[in-house]
Amino acid sequence: MGVQDSDRYVVAFEQASNHDVSLIGGKCAGLASLMAAGAMVPPGFAVTTRAYLETLTARNLASEIRTRIEAVTEQDVGAQANVACEIQNLIRSEPISNRIADAIRFGYESLCARVSCDLPVAVRSSGTSEDMPDASFAGQGDTYLWTVGANAVVDRVRDCWASLFTARAMAYRGKHNLVHLDQAMAVGVQQMVDARAAGVAMSLDPSNGDRSKIVIESVWGLGEPLVSGQATPDYIVVDKVLLEPIKRVVASKPTELVADIANQTTVLREVEEARRNVASLTEPQIRAVARIVKAVERSFGAPQDVEWAIDPRRTEDEGVVLLQCRPETVWSRKACSPVASKSYAPGIEGVLSTLMAPLASRKH
Amino acid sequence: MNAQAKFPSPYELKAPKGAEGWRDLYPYYALFQNERREGDEKQFWFCDAQHWPTPFRPFDTIMADFAVKCLGQYNTRHLLVPPANGVDYRIHNGYLYLSPIAVAPEKIPERVPHFLERAGFYFQNWNKLLDNWHVKVRGVIDALEALRYEPLPDMVPKEWVLEGRGLDNTYYLLENYESALRLCYKAWQYHFEFLNLGYAAYLDFFGFCKEQFPNVPDQAIARMVQGIDVDLFRPDDELKKLAHLAIETGVDAALMSGSVEQALGAVAALPKGKQWLEAWTAAQNPWFNFTSGNGFYSSDKYWIEHLYIPLGYLRNYIVQLRKGITIERPTVQVAAERERITKEYAELLNKEMRPVFEQKLGLARTVFPYVENHNFYIEHWSLGVFWRKMRELNRLFIAAGFWSDPEGLFFLSRNEVRDALWDYCCAWAVGGVPTGPHFWPQRIAQRRKTMDALAEHRPEPALNEPPEVVTEPFTIMLWGITTDRVSAWLKGPTDSSRLEGMAASPGVVEGLARVIRSPDELDQIQDGEILVAPVTAPSWAPVFSKISATVTDIGGMMSHAAIVCREYGLPAVTATGSASAVIKTGQRLRVDGTAGTVEVLAN
Repeated sequence: MGVQDSDRYVVAFEQASNHDVSLIGGKCAGLASLMAAGAMVPPGFAVTTRAYLETLTARNLASEIRTRIEAVTEQDVGAQANVACEIQNLIRSEPISNRIADAIRFGYESLCARVSCDLPVAVRSSGTSEDMPDASFAGQGDTYLWTVGANAVVDRVRDCWASLFTARAMAYRGKHNLVHLDQAMAVGVQQMVDARAAGVAMSLDPSNGDRSKIVIESVWGLGEPLVSGQATPDYIVVDKVLLEPIKRVVASKPTELVADIANQTTVLREVEEARRNVASLTEPQIRAVARIVKAVERSFGAPQDVEWAIDPRRTEDEGVVLLQCRPETVWSRKACSPVASKSYAPGIEGVLSTLMAPLASRKH
Repeated sequence: MNAQAKFPSPYELKAPKGAEGWRDLYPYYALFQNERREGDEKQFWFCDAQHWPTPFRPFDTIMADFAVKCLGQYNTRHLLVPPANGVDYRIHNGYLYLSPIAVAPEKIPERVPHFLERAGFYFQNWNKLLDNWHVKVRGVIDALEALRYEPLPDMVPKEWVLEGRGLDNTYYLLENYESALRLCYKAWQYHFEFLNLGYAAYLDFFGFCKEQFPNVPDQAIARMVQGIDVDLFRPDDELKKLAHLAIETGVDAALMSGSVEQALGAVAALPKGKQWLEAWTAAQNPWFNFTSGNGFYSSDKYWIEHLYIPLGYLRNYIVQLRKGITIERPTVQVAAERERITKEYAELLNKEMRPVFEQKLGLARTVFPYVENHNFYIEHWSLGVFWRKMRELNRLFIAAGFWSDPEGLFFLSRNEVRDALWDYCCAWAVGGVPTGPHFWPQRIAQRRKTMDALAEHRPEPALNEPPEVVTEPFTIMLWGITTDRVSAWLKGPTDSSRLEGMAASPGVVEGLARVIRSPDELDQIQDGEILVAPVTAPSWAPVFSKISATVTDIGGMMSHAAIVCREYGLPAVTATGSASAVIKTGQRLRVDGTAGTVEVLAN
């Protein structure tokens, strides 16, 4: 890490591989290690937890929040919701110190200098307890896409901090006996990809835990409708060893989410007839996604769950970039070979049982 | 499968036009006979177009007879495979139909101890028994080579008279005919001695992988087991070596033009020509005992009798070498890839499953070389010599005036040949005139017409009502006939621009189709074309260095096309059912050997 003041508040992803989760949050740490693992990730930086914590202390926000939380019981859902709302407004209305705001602006300008000016970025919460293998807490913090301009980025960072206190997040912490103010929040700022297709991939088959497969889901355009469950994706199963697609189900995809950069937002538009029932990934793209997922899993030593996109401006790796990566949490806790645990006879006895129970009759 | 979904009954199918008399070409026991209609119609029969893709001549029935019988004897009588007897067979409209015979459930348990003892002995002593198998097969080949079919002389040799032998030349001629049949029969028995066990051990590993890695591609399993240095590739490898040597010794230019005799003559005149010709001759025995078909047909052309075939491939290799193209199979990469794949799958297993995987893979790898190599020793070499001897006998008949058709003998059944030989011998002995020359020519001509008419007709893929589920292990493994495949046949082709088959070798390629129906057409193939054929044979290997993908009508994961394509790293789709009929030469195709699909992109 350098010695500049801004380094205390922002860290570029590619320089962050050694930072722990408590400084840049799980999501950014994931992206940093993805880069370190050699995967193509859109460039960006983390606004560290230090920025958040200093803001809390500098403005005495922490004690204001604590007072409000202690005023209501966990059982009182209505009051909880009101408190959550109040706290969020409190955070949003507090100006950020110039040192921190400047550091964020510096981070954004540096990114623009690297890619292009007025770069649309995603501003995402990167909590210190989410994305951990022991607690599937994905999607709890806010995400702001297609943000353009340094001041807008500063505002969205503050919105992310506020999202730490949604009623849902507070209820979750309550349920898991987590102290609200112990949860620090970092924020990731990352170049947006105007994806041609996007989706998710898992380095095992989530339906049965089979680790010899990579399962990919894919839609046209941006991946958000898929992640939020509002679109039916194409479904592809790839053999992890051969990297060959072995199953493909192409979904009808009547709409796609695309960037509306002028308005710093996205629009859901109709997919033209000819493209609706066409696979959103080509075979080389499928292989590239699978190859990258396999490499990432190998690098992390555990099954992974990634979000990826096809960046039409890139040529290497068929344009595949990774947007997110987290450890798979369901099957990872189980034994290594979850699929079949029956006993097999060796040698001639095994041959005999195979002849006695032919393959086709085993398929149900 | 609903009750209506069934294939036609053979009893209701008419003979193809012009082939009305086809039943006279085949023995009574191999035909659907009205007297046993009730039983035959209860059975499901599938067409074995993988081994007999075209109608076979009367004499060629010998191969169907022996193959089916010898396959059956090992399951039923040698090894007592608990659930499976052999396959029954019928000939219909010139094609072979098979129907597996299951063992009655109550009889299965009593077969188990016998199977464990007998099959267990083979698995435990595999390599030792296989060494002896090679000795036995060489014995058959040497005995076949020693057979002679010479015209009967005017007089019994004086020495035989003076030594008091008391036998004439017909005794030996008739005996040599019987010997040829007997040796062919022996070769077929040996053919199956290890084969069923080899497939069973492979199937055991296959089933294990399918359970541990659900939906693992069949080709992944095949690639873990498949051998690298397979004897079946040796003939092709020999040609590659000869191509290199031709360039090294400077005889390549001389080889490139003219007939075989002209080219070899030109080589002989060169300073190092003798060295090359010695290598060329040395390679022929045994490696040119290699058929361009599968050994089951009298029309097969063996390299050793048609040197223009290997010479043509050799010329192609010389051209490629001159262009700086590597013609060797990428064996190092294939071997490395085999180890990588095996290691990665093994690593996915837990502590309990890992040793099971290693053990089953070990057994599969021990037995599988036989599955790949037996083909060379039996179909190519032993049967090659057998057919050569039968052609020698045919020439004797032609010389004796029995017929002039250059392949006349093969339009007689093997029992009719015995009669004709008797006719010839008896007439010689009595000093009279044989009936054959009056009897056979018109019958042979008629049978040829019938055969031509049969060949115009595509066979029904199956007959009668299929079982709900295909469970017979050998049917699935050897013929690739699964419940899904049968359903697809019943549905018939839905879209002629898109065909589905078995994903036999991975990769996607676009290119122009070249439809090849017989090995004689192989020289039409241009660089980069996609080979489309009813079925391919191992000896087509040399064309695999020119083509970009293969599509066949018939064949499973372990069919020749599949094995060779994986070896050459070419996409292959097998078991499409009708590619060679639907696709036309020159059409632009997209072959996806990973998904098992073929699309016609443009005409």
